[in-house]
Amino acid sequence: MSQLLEHAQRILESARGDEEIEVYVASGVDTEVQSYQGEVEELTTATSNGFGIRILNDGAGGARVGTAWAGSLDDEAIVNALREARDNATFATEDEFVAFARPDGVGAVSLTLSDDAVASTPLEEKIAMAIELERLVRGGDTRIRQVDSANYSDYVAEAAIASTTGIRASYARTGAYVSVEAIANDGGDDQTGWGLSAGRAPHELDVEKAAADAIRRATRMLGAVKPKSFKCTAVFDPRTAATLFSIIGGALSGEAVVRGRSFFANRVGEMVATPSFTLLDDPTDARHFGASVYDGEGLACRRNVLIEKGQLRGFVYDTVSARRAGTASTGSAVRGGIAGSPSAGCRALQLAPGHVDQAEILRRVGNGVFVESLIGVHSGVNPVSGDFSVGVTGLMIRDGQLAEPVREITVASTLQRMLLDVVQVGNDLEWLPGAAAGQSVAIDNIAVSGT
Amino acid sequence: MNNTLVEHDVLARTLGEAMARGAEFAEVFVEDRTTSSAMLDQRRVEQLSSGHDRGAGIRVLVGDTTGFAHTADLTESGLKAAARAAAAVARGGGGGVREIALGALRDNPSHATILPGDVDKARKIELMNRADDAARSEGSSITQVQVALGDSTRQFIVANSDGLFAGDHQVRTRFNVSCIAKGDTGMQTGYRPIAGTRGFELLSADAVADAARGAARQAITKLDARPAPSGDLPVVLAGGSGGILFHEACGHGLEADAILKQASVYAGKVGQLVASPLVTLVDDGTVEGEWGYLAIDDEGRPGARNVLIENGVLTEYMWDYLRSRKEGRVSSGNGRRQSYQHLPMVRMTNTYLLEGDSDADEIVAQTPYGVYVAQLGGGQVNTATGDFVFGMTAAFMIEDGKITAPLRDCNLIGNGPDVLQRVDAVASDFSMTPGTCGKNGQSVPVGTGQATMRLTGVTIGGAAA
Repeated sequence: MSQLLEHAQRILESARGDEEIEVYVASGVDTEVQSYQGEVEELTTATSNGFGIRILNDGAGGARVGTAWAGSLDDEAIVNALREARDNATFATEDEFVAFARPDGVGAVSLTLSDDAVASTPLEEKIAMAIELERLVRGGDTRIRQVDSANYSDYVAEAAIASTTGIRASYARTGAYVSVEAIANDGGDDQTGWGLSAGRAPHELDVEKAAADAIRRATRMLGAVKPKSFKCTAVFDPRTAATLFSIIGGALSGEAVVRGRSFFANRVGEMVATPSFTLLDDPTDARHFGASVYDGEGLACRRNVLIEKGQLRGFVYDTVSARRAGTASTGSAVRGGIAGSPSAGCRALQLAPGHVDQAEILRRVGNGVFVESLIGVHSGVNPVSGDFSVGVTGLMIRDGQLAEPVREITVASTLQRMLLDVVQVGNDLEWLPGAAAGQSVAIDNIAVSGT
Repeated sequence: MNNTLVEHDVLARTLGEAMARGAEFAEVFVEDRTTSSAMLDQRRVEQLSSGHDRGAGIRVLVGDTTGFAHTADLTESGLKAAARAAAAVARGGGGGVREIALGALRDNPSHATILPGDVDKARKIELMNRADDAARSEGSSITQVQVALGDSTRQFIVANSDGLFAGDHQVRTRFNVSCIAKGDTGMQTGYRPIAGTRGFELLSADAVADAARGAARQAITKLDARPAPSGDLPVVLAGGSGGILFHEACGHGLEADAILKQASVYAGKVGQLVASPLVTLVDDGTVEGEWGYLAIDDEGRPGARNVLIENGVLTEYMWDYLRSRKEGRVSSGNGRRQSYQHLPMVRMTNTYLLEGDSDADEIVAQTPYGVYVAQLGGGQVNTATGDFVFGMTAAFMIEDGKITAPLRDCNLIGNGPDVLQRVDAVASDFSMTPGTCGKNGQSVPVGTGQATMRLTGVTIGGAAA
């Protein structure tokens, strides 16, 4: 048994007879290196641990939950948190749907999501990767004027969940990343491009690819102009498409649905997307960076089909949102670290791949706009109403080919309409950090705002 | 309240350890933060949570390299271990543990009159219920009301190898209301925040009810909204949240970290006309009670009022310790960090445009056709290119000098140096709005402010043809 799980179980021993306790314990080791002008500009090494406790009291009208957390594991912090959580619970509203997760018989899959190489790789090698990344970008193209940050980072994260309702779960995860932002200039305005490589360990990282990506993205934006406003088909590259899928995933959260905050509510069974669109949340696919053995309440993660051939099949639920909706948890509780309460969310979205590559999508689209980076997603997308309007840089598509770069434009539609307007789905699935993998998609009826 | 997170002598010895391998500068930042939050959703009180976090972040500078480590172990041995980890970037011999002379602590009290810990939780719930009632009283189309209340009590001390030893107590309180209205056209949202670097006195029963009614009306109004236009149009920004425009259009680009790396369109432009002469922009950590207020920044430097642009001329950038040290100058009090687990960097505090002398109603009346933005919801900028967006969450058409049809949410997009030239009227109805600013993965509370103003043209990113 993991040390963290032992720790969590020890805290459970404080439970009184009339209450349930759930404990989430987490620890992490992080390393971050930033290179600038061939030297280490910043080096951060850190360990952290902490816990979150939820206490549940059953009453005549339902259960009440109180929460407390602390960024340490010492005894005093635990005693204080138990007291605070108990006090908080007395102020909550009794709610018949509030409950902790109970083992539901679904077995956890076996996934290897951590690699000892993160801990065993010498710091010097990690530093060397950040410096090499910067060198490759600076030396890769004469038009690269500046590299304002070239980073290596990794983490080892462990967590355990235990509850008096029978939950026992623990897991470990590692990750390693390199990322770089390049600034290019050829006499006109500056342009930027961002490159990334992600893996579970340093040896999985492709520094050359990250560097080449940043250079390509920055240099091909040189000379970008702001076009006139027009309507067209937009092709999202895998990275920007992944952002789009994450937003859609948010509206597929059972939590958003039961709280009346999703435009998908009451539409299960309807065609909400084009028939070529199949979206699933599958944390049991180890290739996905969002893969996980257990969810945020300690239930086994499982594969959930959300939209199948355009038809809305269902939502992801945690225990409480599922009970409110009259169904069972889909093993989809997510929690934002020790301070967060569980809620329902997608963690490993992927779109069933299509049959064509990006070049073929561009050829089929003919004329339109190619979306390479997004800005203002948090300010321009309303996940309740579905209104969608984001800033974009990218390239025009002319005669089936990428043409001149464009900047300072927005692309707009509504999420509801965009799903029905997906006209091409690529086979170029790319595993990306975050809750969604991405591949190229073409979406019709997009309003581009320019001059 | 006393600031006794770690004793004076322990801090001095920790700094000595951090300097032992030949560092040029070391700093210990010790923080203790207590938070509480609660939510009222559909009249149910839920997610009552209390949190406590305490630890130290240790920073060591050697040449152009920063080493950083943090720990939750505030014993002398825990702090020294973190000091050695941070100092690992110093590869020189150094000459052993150094003596660091720290003066007496210069502490700053909180100005809060009602501390969060002294407020009965039942009173908090009463206020949330009051907001719920007020929101629903606006009309039966309000189907969802969510109210969030949170507070934090943050005390910290910062000591460095230059002998600085300062502390601060920051109490912050926030109250957000979000509403959903449902109609034939689908659902629409309304949102109002109240937030300040103040205690519970911030939240009067009337203030929360006003915010709730405002959020509800905003959602109801948008039920009749039509898609926003697309393309370049004159825009009138109502006083308050329009300040986010300056936060994004130039604020981030005036932060010295971007400047020193030549990663800002404003690098090398001090003394030049970069904006309309109507633009005088200030970043001001000294506005007591505002969301971005600070007595000292997270490097121990007093908060200050810094004029960034004066009558259109760029006068100054914002600085933290690290960047000002490189330039042989002093920090402007803009060194901030999210927590002890983060390195400080250059951040804004309260950023605002000084008011002008036009009349707000007149500005609208003198705009034949355009967009009136009553509330902005956030934004983002690429400092290297200057391109930025900001989202409108309450907006209307202006036709024949009158505010007419409501518009659906969308982003506006522009280029900072270009948009700053387009300010052609500024009114005198100044107000401020709280917000959360994210940069390099760190979030800090900031204020933005301005009076009603007009831009001669900015690109509206709507979905209408």
